[in-house]
Amino acid sequence: MTFRASHLLGIEHLHSTEITTLLDLADQYAEDNRKGRAHRDVLEGLTQINMFFENSTRTQASFEIAGKRLGADVMNMAMQASSIKKGETLIDTALTLNAMRPDLLVVRHPHSGAVDLLAQKVNCAVLNAGDGRHEHPTQALLDALTIRRAKGRLHRLSIAICGDVAHSRVARSNIMLLGKMENRVRLVGPPTLLPAGVEEFGVEVFSDMREGLKDVDVVMMLRLQKERMDGGFIPSEREYFHRYGLDAEKLSHAKPDAIVMHPGPMNRGVEIDGSIADDINRSVIQEQVEMGVAVRMAAMDLLARNLGASRRAKTLGVMV
Amino acid sequence: MRLYFKNARLIDPETGTDGLGGLFVVDGLISDPVDVDEVIDCGGKCLAPGIVDIGVKVSEPGERHKESFASAGRAAISGGITTIVTRPDTDPAIDTPETLEFIERRASIDAAVNVLPMAALTKNRLGREMTEIGFLLDAGAVAFTDCDRVVTDTKIFSRVLTYAHSLGALVIGHVQEPGLSEGGSVTSGKFATLRGLAGISPMAERMGLDRDIALLEMTGASYHVDQITTARALPALERAKANGLDITAGVGVHHLTLNELDVADYRTFFKLKPPLRSEDDRLAVVEAVASGLIDIICSMHTPQDEESKRLPYEEAASGAVALETLLPAALRLVHAGHMDLPHLFRALALNPANRLGLQCGRLSVGAPADLVLFDPNASYRLDRFALFSKSKNTPFDGAILQGKIIATYVGGVNKTKGLANA
Repeated sequence: MTFRASHLLGIEHLHSTEITTLLDLADQYAEDNRKGRAHRDVLEGLTQINMFFENSTRTQASFEIAGKRLGADVMNMAMQASSIKKGETLIDTALTLNAMRPDLLVVRHPHSGAVDLLAQKVNCAVLNAGDGRHEHPTQALLDALTIRRAKGRLHRLSIAICGDVAHSRVARSNIMLLGKMENRVRLVGPPTLLPAGVEEFGVEVFSDMREGLKDVDVVMMLRLQKERMDGGFIPSEREYFHRYGLDAEKLSHAKPDAIVMHPGPMNRGVEIDGSIADDINRSVIQEQVEMGVAVRMAAMDLLARNLGASRRAKTLGVMV
Repeated sequence: MRLYFKNARLIDPETGTDGLGGLFVVDGLISDPVDVDEVIDCGGKCLAPGIVDIGVKVSEPGERHKESFASAGRAAISGGITTIVTRPDTDPAIDTPETLEFIERRASIDAAVNVLPMAALTKNRLGREMTEIGFLLDAGAVAFTDCDRVVTDTKIFSRVLTYAHSLGALVIGHVQEPGLSEGGSVTSGKFATLRGLAGISPMAERMGLDRDIALLEMTGASYHVDQITTARALPALERAKANGLDITAGVGVHHLTLNELDVADYRTFFKLKPPLRSEDDRLAVVEAVASGLIDIICSMHTPQDEESKRLPYEEAASGAVALETLLPAALRLVHAGHMDLPHLFRALALNPANRLGLQCGRLSVGAPADLVLFDPNASYRLDRFALFSKSKNTPFDGAILQGKIIATYVGGVNKTKGLANA
């Protein structure tokens, strides 16, 4: 048992052995899910609250299903429609919820670092379901599991992350995770969508799609975060698709068995051609969604096992 | 009242002296040797001119719960600061002679140190219409500034500079190009990317400075830059000085002693404006203070209550309290060997006094006996709740500081004695 974390706030603070432990368990859950084998005793009697301060359908549903499969009592709170509108601060919201004694808190928030802040104030396990441009750890873990199952390993692979890296928490978590597992990571995108200082992350940076995809094992496309655009990052969607959208011709520069990934929801015809997304020989996009449930089951299972220890430590005033 | 400070390690920035000696004070002024009523034994500790701190935010009027003249005065005394030069970015802004008189009246009643007010450069700090610079000068404003807001319309700014120049008024500017800075809360780079925070290119500072230098060439105005915090801005400053423009520059103590990595896991007490910089920038700016290119070190004292800081990083308010930590933090530059004590006090006392035309900031005969007695070596761990400021938002909470203020004298009167009863 080598999973010591009491929260899942990001990939940054996870050790590679913790990542492997989590993926191994998720792999088992993925098989059991396919066989319809239930595990309703794992989180039995525990309360899971999903707090989404930002709209989400898929991630929230995935966490909800994961919790229910493991027997947790799951509650969804649409935070946009609640007390935030009445001027309550994040910390007060956290303290209020904490008083209801949940065991697992799944949080998405539009501001980077907000989930870390909240985790300092509550006495339960917190899972980051995405904070601003910072991290989205379960997405990176489900991507890793998908890659491992498709490629048979999660090291010494060449992986291209393409598109709007600057605004993407998915990209940040993936860069960290894939780096920790000793893969070669390339970032491909227009320079206006690559964040500052990115060359110091131990990645290779390309602004040409064909060069960037040359001989890679995995092509990971990112959603063009239109709602995050302040404006003026790219000239137009159609020019973006022409230069950076993944189509058959650009994909032909990757290895013949390269897989195509996308965290969803996709903008067909903007960052990815519909025929590529639907190509069952190349696209693992549906498998990513499936692995999402398994990874979240594993994450909540492991955190629940550490729950007793971390709560005891907290009442004793020990840092964990 | 005639005083003699004996057995003191005198630090005089004007003459560059650092040596054992004594100092006579008669009726609040430093004097030649005379017969005295009282002898104060300094025990070999440092006696230096009191600090003149340009750019202190006292939150009166508008947010007195964050800082009042009484609490700011106590904090200044506790930090060895004898003159605070207040910022006009209050609510309402200090942009009329009437509001300026309010400041002077409140300060004279409540503050234990000298308070010199600055006034806004444009009405309501909106950058559209100039304030009554003449009336405000007559009412006692020592400088004019819109604080952290930039007058973006260069035509308006050039007129304001021209008008201010005709009256001999000092203008203080904030040189962060607003377009490039907008929306950012940290300096762009690896750390910003890692934390997923929107970054500001350090180039924004150089662009802001370049623009203002061009306007100074046009207008000839007297101009002080509130904070220079990046290496890239320094060559432009050096050229402007070499070309004979009437320009000086300051830097906040936090940018001399902390860097962007101190923000760590979103610690909002380290959120400043401009944001903390890279270690390379910090070292370049320290070097510029040591060489005299940057003239003035200030606290940029900005009180914020707990509620403004207990928020996600990008939503939290900017600024830090620093009156009480200015000298101990600045002493890090001496302890690290970047400069000697007389040089440090040139930046803390002499240069700001000269820039504002004040007699203080030196130990020469005839200067006001605004003095700080301190032990540069005594170390202690800072507890933010022990601060006299009403707001406790210091980034040095829990840090080891080396340098303890023993007593602060304003006009020859020991003001530290009054603190215990406060």
